[in-house]
Amino acid sequence: MTDPNRRKSLAPATFIAALVLTIVAAFAWTAGVIGPKRQSGGDVADALEYNGGGPHPGYRRAHAKGLCLDGTFVANGAGSQLSSAKVFRPGSYPVIGRFSVAGGNPLATDGRNVFHAVGLILRTPDGQEWRTAMDHTPIFPVADPQSFADLQYASWPDPKTGKPDPAKMKVFIAHHPETKAFQDYMMKALLPSSFANATYYSISAFRFTDGQGRTRFVRWQIVPDAQMMGLNKKALDSLPRDYLFREMIARTARGPSRWQLQLVVANAGDVTDKATVAWTGPHRTIDAGVLTVARVQPEEKGQCRDLNFDPTILPSGIAISDDPLLPARSKAYSTSFRRRAGEAPGHSAAAQDLGVKATVK
Amino acid sequence: MTAPARTHFSPVLRLIHWAMALLVLIMLFIGVGMVSTTGEAYVSLLALHRPVGIAILGLALLRLAIRLKTGAPPLPRDLPAPQRLAAKASHLFLYAAMIGMPLIGWGMLSAGGYRVALSKSVALPPILPHDLPLYALLRTSHTVIALAFFALILVHLAAALTHGMIRRDGVMQSMTFGDARHERSAINDPDDTSLRPERIAILKID
Repeated sequence: MTDPNRRKSLAPATFIAALVLTIVAAFAWTAGVIGPKRQSGGDVADALEYNGGGPHPGYRRAHAKGLCLDGTFVANGAGSQLSSAKVFRPGSYPVIGRFSVAGGNPLATDGRNVFHAVGLILRTPDGQEWRTAMDHTPIFPVADPQSFADLQYASWPDPKTGKPDPAKMKVFIAHHPETKAFQDYMMKALLPSSFANATYYSISAFRFTDGQGRTRFVRWQIVPDAQMMGLNKKALDSLPRDYLFREMIARTARGPSRWQLQLVVANAGDVTDKATVAWTGPHRTIDAGVLTVARVQPEEKGQCRDLNFDPTILPSGIAISDDPLLPARSKAYSTSFRRRAGEAPGHSAAAQDLGVKATVK
Repeated sequence: MTAPARTHFSPVLRLIHWAMALLVLIMLFIGVGMVSTTGEAYVSLLALHRPVGIAILGLALLRLAIRLKTGAPPLPRDLPAPQRLAAKASHLFLYAAMIGMPLIGWGMLSAGGYRVALSKSVALPPILPHDLPLYALLRTSHTVIALAFFALILVHLAAALTHGMIRRDGVMQSMTFGDARHERSAINDPDDTSLRPERIAILKID
């Protein structure tokens, strides 16, 4: 029974097995399968799907209702004081983008006091891209991705009432004064009556590095030429479902809309890693150029549907800050993109309005 | 002819093997690590993932060319046929994965409408059309093949160590830089079945 070969090989065999198991364990830990729980992109996408009353296959998990745009950004050169990005050098650069309203329901009504948003991709001849996704508020309701996911669960609108459970929101607000501050802001602030007359904000701060290698924190905003006007918040229920979309389509048929791109430089002491905190008081602000939206199209026809407006895709001269929302948005957008890529794209509200036949590709 | 038996892979190939072993393993860890989190690591690991992937593609192609030109030392004559087949097939799959994974990643980004950025200023051209169903297919393949690749690497490692520590037949030493001869100096060890006379004979011919 005593096979000397077998006895001799027992120690090395044990060593080999132990080594392989150690590598597998390290791999599983790195993948987040074992060890402390960490938030994945799927966790955020699941939270958004939950809030939206279940997944809407073929659509973005957030800001599902959208309208494609294209136009140009004409830089005046002033932005080069802050960033070496080519997009700030004098010239005209093509832009594609997407107007949207918040929420996971692609056919939701526009009569809601929620984010109006725009995603943009600015391209320069060297092939670099600046992707951004902006909202019409200068601040965000939460500062970190875990709170964001928690908020999606807490603010789930009960289908019976259409409103979140006040008890759950009360518990959430008790732990999140910044969300209360955001809600108070939303109550008071103008809810833009058009996509064209809203100011859109970068939400997070970013690092801008100029040609001399100097780095500053910057937030940006695009400020409309059109006069800012608000919807009647008391009459939102009676607003036609696609009011904002129809308005923008009709407006753009008459002529383009324009915005000034303003770069706002942080003062010493400004919070740069929390999108919940506004920068107040005077700030050095640079007008970097004019964004013109010349055309809008339903997602079936435009170029925006199959793109991910990941705000961490940035040209040289712009980099992300330490705001934890930025990596989380990048990952969550990517997960949402992957999910919908595997589903047949759905019809957009705007295409229904225009009677556009949806084309799958 | 009685030329000395070929005991090693070509030196350049051995060097590339070990460099790639490290890179590929790191790459697999970067891959599963970055997709597991919404934290800052996601952005920094993603920035590493693409250039390292392209470096692996370049090295793998160079390695394939060297491998095809210089061949491999023979496997021990006493190795059972199924194990020979397993060795050959696993090497084929390892090469396929080393070359295929970066190409799938490249193609996947192309199909997703992303710039295939190696750094902010350096990008590769797209190799596939912007097509979301294709993106979905490649994105899933990228994960499935990565996990299979990882499993295969572990099998490869365990097999190599078994050859090196248990069979002591010089197979593992064919990829290392030590002198393989001492492995065969235990010629008088009657227990060592890997050094039967016919095994030694093939070391002399070739």
